[in-house]
Amino acid sequence: MSGALLSVENAVVDLPTPRGNLRAVDHVDLEVGAGKTLGIVGESGCGKTMLSRAILQLLPKKAKLSGRVMFDGQDLTRLSAEKLRKLRGRSLAVVFQDPMTSLNPVLTIGTQLIETIVEHLELDLAQARQRSVELLAAVGIPAPEQRLTQYPHQLSGGMRQRVAIAVALSCEPQLLIADEPTTALDVTIQAQILDLLAREQQRRHMAMIIITHDLGVVAGRTDEVAVMYAGRVVERAPTPALFKQMRMPYTEALLAALPKLDVPPHTPLPAISGRPPDPTRPLKGCSFSPRCRYSAGRCSTEKPRLSPAETLEHLYACFHPIAAGGGA
Amino acid sequence: MMLQAAPNPLMKVENLVVEYSVGGKTIHAVSDVSLEIARGETLGLVGESGCGKSTLGRAVLQLRQAVSGKVLFDGHDLTTLKGEPLRKMRRRVQLIFQDPIASLNPRRRIGDIVAEPLVIAGVKDPEERKRRVSEVLSAVGLDPALVSGRLPHEFSGGQCQRICIARSLVLNPEFVICDEPVSALDVSIRAQILNLLEEMKARYGLTLLFIAHDLAVVKAVSDRVAVMYLGRLCEVGPSEQLFARPAHPYTALLIEAIPVPDPDVRPTQSVPVGEPPSPIAPPSGCRFRTRCPRADARCSSEVPELRLVASGQFAACHHPLV
Repeated sequence: MSGALLSVENAVVDLPTPRGNLRAVDHVDLEVGAGKTLGIVGESGCGKTMLSRAILQLLPKKAKLSGRVMFDGQDLTRLSAEKLRKLRGRSLAVVFQDPMTSLNPVLTIGTQLIETIVEHLELDLAQARQRSVELLAAVGIPAPEQRLTQYPHQLSGGMRQRVAIAVALSCEPQLLIADEPTTALDVTIQAQILDLLAREQQRRHMAMIIITHDLGVVAGRTDEVAVMYAGRVVERAPTPALFKQMRMPYTEALLAALPKLDVPPHTPLPAISGRPPDPTRPLKGCSFSPRCRYSAGRCSTEKPRLSPAETLEHLYACFHPIAAGGGA
Repeated sequence: MMLQAAPNPLMKVENLVVEYSVGGKTIHAVSDVSLEIARGETLGLVGESGCGKSTLGRAVLQLRQAVSGKVLFDGHDLTTLKGEPLRKMRRRVQLIFQDPIASLNPRRRIGDIVAEPLVIAGVKDPEERKRRVSEVLSAVGLDPALVSGRLPHEFSGGQCQRICIARSLVLNPEFVICDEPVSALDVSIRAQILNLLEEMKARYGLTLLFIAHDLAVVKAVSDRVAVMYLGRLCEVGPSEQLFARPAHPYTALLIEAIPVPDPDVRPTQSVPVGEPPSPIAPPSGCRFRTRCPRADARCSSEVPELRLVASGQFAACHHPLV
């Protein structure tokens, strides 16, 4: 896709560990257009968080990144620390799973919001304060004026996440990365936060990446989904197309393994046997092949490439994709 | 209260009240909760964080002292037992925790960890202990010869939960409390553990109290479900019926809030229902009234009792949905 706001090209992240090199992200390509929402789905250790850190240039010091991260026409991997710092917060914002990752426990909510706004936008203190109150109101925080003087620990988890979102939105970023933004929250609060993100994304025509382990979270709230397994994107498609016809057996198995409300109690769940491969001992063939019920022939000796199916938008990496109507 | 599950329930909780003080303030963790669990049944207990579900589980095991109320296990009131009689009774009741890795001593070998309950119970014969440990490890899908000599850090979260399940079964308990047993696990591993719990229940004839915040997970394993909010029970009923026709507005809200993995089901725009109030100063009357679209004056003055709303289904609401 040309003209994408963000395009990740052939990104590889290697982490040295005492047990050898760990390839956290393995040749990933992704694009997100302005005003679009991309969901990145995968289980723990699949590389989704490392990928988001690679985009933000916030990888651990020891990590090695190769490939390009093009954002609004510039390659973030080549920017100076100073330029990156200006860009992060201003154009590129992030919301983490635990709001305390981004909030400072010893500063008031007001200080943190006003500081961010003054740092990145050319506003004076009074204007920044006014804007902070508006932002807190926009993210659904009651009595925003009073909240400015409160500390993060005085708020509930849901309220803290709202504040973290307010901080992230404060400079009208072009791209917001939300890394498991609701995983630590209760279901009724989760729905409120996801609605809030969707509303602000549309209102601001902002691009958004939602990183989650929950297929339910991406289904109703993204334009495109990328499914990751063992560091690679194994399937990628516009959201409706993906849920209509999953081609990669891992995606299908992940959906099947979710307990569903419309199934009677005590129905055995179609579990995926085994567990993901050791990332320091990469497999020669398809990483999912040891757990895949369709695995045969070259699956264990050759890595399938991510390539298009019937439509150019629907990509999958599988030698034995699930055929239309089910079955491989 | 009419909450009869069976003529002779294995576990019967009567008007249980658990409170604790934090900084001089009283937290009303469990307020007047009554429940029955029939032999061989799985009762699911759902609610959001801070609703008192874990405290209730611990109070049943006498790991947390109740202010008042009874916990009748097989006819014996556990709240009045102390010392050796309580220890004897506890062997029949076991607990599985949320964080499987944190519940295993990192310095001890798996074989010793799983054998420990036997040692405490006074099983002196090492051969007998070894036989029991091998049996339960095999039952949870681990090879005793391969795992017994290894340390917990050599195992993944899912395998650690298998080890915890094996340890909970080694004394042949009748009743197992599972407190969020799969919420720390990935989707693909979660399904394996849920299936394993179902198998173990059938194989060892267990009765389960299954505590979780995830409604779909609870439904997958439970015969009946109890919904808890801010220390009180809102609704109790047979799983299928409760999810098909929730009577309490809170149950309905919980069901509606679950993200459905189907893009054709547009997420219902959540009603701005706010957040749960503090258990230090719970609202008067119905505790859910501050977030409830149906609340009126009566809800703030009168505590709703659990009442029969449909066959086997009870709701504590002045304006039930069914």
